[in-house]
Amino acid sequence: MAGRRNEREAMSGAGKESKAGGESRVAHELARYETLFARRTGSMKSSAMRDMMALTERDDLISLAGGLPDTRSFPQGLFADLMGAVATRAEAALQYGPTEGLAATRGCIREVMAAEGTIVDEADLIVTTGGQQVLDLVCRALIDPGDVIVTEAPTYPGALPTFTAYEARIEQVDLDGRGMPVDTLEERLDALDAQGLRPKFIYAIPSFQNPGGETMTLARRRRLVELARERELLILEDNPYGMLRYEGEALPTLHTLDAEYGSPGMVIYLGTFSKIIAPGLRLGWALAPRPVLEKLNLAKQGADLCSSPVTQMFVAELFARTSPQGGPLWLDYVARLRDLYRARRDAMLAALTEQFAGTARWTRPEGGMFVWLTLDGAVDTSDLLIRARERHGVAFVPGRAAFADGVRGARSMRLNFAGADEHDLREAVRRIGVATGEQLELLGALSGRRAPQDRGEGAQVVPLPTRETDARGRAGL
Amino acid sequence: MSRVAVLRGGRSLERAVSMNSGAQVAQALEQLGHEVLAIDPGSGLVEELLARQVDCAFVALHGREGEDGTLQAALEAAGIPYTGSGPAACALCSDKDLAKRLLAAAGLPTPPARTLAERAIREFGAAAALGRVAEDVGPDLIVKPVHGGSAIGVKRVDSAQELPAALAGTFAYDDRVLIERRISGRELAVAVLGDGERAQPLPVVEILPRGAGDYDYDARYAIGGASFRCPADLDAGLAAELAQIALEAHALLGCRALSRVDMLLDEPGRPWVLEVDAVPGMTETSLLPQAAAAAGIEWPEVVRRVLEAALA
Repeated sequence: MAGRRNEREAMSGAGKESKAGGESRVAHELARYETLFARRTGSMKSSAMRDMMALTERDDLISLAGGLPDTRSFPQGLFADLMGAVATRAEAALQYGPTEGLAATRGCIREVMAAEGTIVDEADLIVTTGGQQVLDLVCRALIDPGDVIVTEAPTYPGALPTFTAYEARIEQVDLDGRGMPVDTLEERLDALDAQGLRPKFIYAIPSFQNPGGETMTLARRRRLVELARERELLILEDNPYGMLRYEGEALPTLHTLDAEYGSPGMVIYLGTFSKIIAPGLRLGWALAPRPVLEKLNLAKQGADLCSSPVTQMFVAELFARTSPQGGPLWLDYVARLRDLYRARRDAMLAALTEQFAGTARWTRPEGGMFVWLTLDGAVDTSDLLIRARERHGVAFVPGRAAFADGVRGARSMRLNFAGADEHDLREAVRRIGVATGEQLELLGALSGRRAPQDRGEGAQVVPLPTRETDARGRAGL
Repeated sequence: MSRVAVLRGGRSLERAVSMNSGAQVAQALEQLGHEVLAIDPGSGLVEELLARQVDCAFVALHGREGEDGTLQAALEAAGIPYTGSGPAACALCSDKDLAKRLLAAAGLPTPPARTLAERAIREFGAAAALGRVAEDVGPDLIVKPVHGGSAIGVKRVDSAQELPAALAGTFAYDDRVLIERRISGRELAVAVLGDGERAQPLPVVEILPRGAGDYDYDARYAIGGASFRCPADLDAGLAAELAQIALEAHALLGCRALSRVDMLLDEPGRPWVLEVDAVPGMTETSLLPQAAAAAGIEWPEVVRRVLEAALA
């Protein structure tokens, strides 16, 4: 300890010295940062929209933007009770844990997977810090700069920054209402092959896709797995909402279909407690073929050594509880969420019909949290968001965020129906309708016609190259 | 030695930049031996400044709330000296429409433009003028909100057919929108220190986009999103011409102590003034400190001069 303190003192001493002698510090610091940044920071982006959302919070804002589950429905008493139970084993909860996760937590994950119809061996999985970490670890293990990742279009907006941070080249295959069309994927793979490019993995969210809200058909699931096996490509199956199905029959995961072939598998499965318990736990998991799993484990050692034992033990405690009816308590909670979200989905779909019938199309998700809405009129939803927030107090995710080029999806938006109650959902949809109406009316007036019409892709406004813009703002001029 | 309140932060899009500017200013003020209070302005600002009996408020607030003159007028009313330009100059600089009209009237080069308000579209049927606007200003256009400094809401328009959609979109950001001729060329800026007889243009800075691709808002805000060359590689005559234009723009809009004049140099080599920034960024990666350094003026000296002008 003494040694470390001395070291710190020595460092602060040096700091003072450089401050005193730092007359030409400004120019020097600029050059210093410039030369120290990794090349990949050039392609790293924080979301401008996120920055804006953070800034002007208003009290009456209804946000359908986040991917937020409803944490209000988790019983406070139960939370305190579980934390109390964890506290009785403080020495373990406060200690580092194994990189692959606590055995008890891995047992819980096996239970979740079994409830979804997948029987797994605990040795094939690793506990992660949220599902998001799986994306990062998989890239860490697989992606060299320039490597290709194929995703759906639209895709999870939060995956794109991770992929670009590893300097991946992203190829997107358009969804068509029934999940990723595998024949289109195949054509794309052939085209890439002709350029000597072989994707490292295919990123798919087959159930209640984020943000598209659609579910991949069983035939396509089978064909996708078959294709991955034929071409020896990995699939990263992102399945955060599998247990949140509100209607229709459950479909097997890609992982399950892949397992039917026997090992070695081609699917890396991503799961999370975020949507079935709570995102604040920051706990997810990956299930992967052993050689891949080993790399993910190594990558995780470098990233954070292990996920929080405190929340892992919280989950284990929860899974040990039984409901008054005698079943597992966590399944009761998931069932409660399902009922809650089903009603909210229905409320949103009804509100959308009332507000947007004839002027927009939207998906009707069988589960999950999101509806994807596309306006018929030439309204750029990135602009619409500003009007909607500033003048009408409502927010959503503009569609561009779900496309790698940031240009497509300009008329679409992602609406989360899980995080707000039914009254707020109806009001939010009404407000979006009013803002859209204003924007369309304005466009109609500007175009010299009253009725808004579809103007086709030609009317799309492209993002601006810097040269022609005013210079202010950039890099803090 | 004075007690100086550095106003930084705020609620605008440029909050992060402002926090950084404030830190650089605070550091310099401390080096100069002043007592520094760093304040993130909120509803209790004026009361706090009065209660703490500050000698001066150093304005490092970017974005609309720090630059449109509202804050300056309030400080003036409270009898608190503050740095930089007064309410009128701030209001003019933050309103690209008015600033451009004044520049043009004074014979300074600024790209031809027209301004339309959403209200004019709704109440006066101003959409009927669009064809004429495209003819007079176009064909290559930039549509931007009259207020606000970042690239947010700014749209490039390549043909008259695209104009209605671009305008409708930009009206989401501001009631008034500027439709400006798009000039392609080099992006330059001249910072001016001091005013009146003692106004001094700093060496011309060229803003170099990093990489060849299109820039978006994110890149513009990231450290290292753009790099600068200072002094810009220009022949002496042209550099002197730009400096002169900057001085005239600075004086015309009534700026005090400091400003930054943003310009474009088109392919034939003609300069165009885009706008004047009354509260230029003062972060370590900002253009103003670098331009000063190129002129042999260390950062604390810049801060000293700006403070002195406020207390004079």
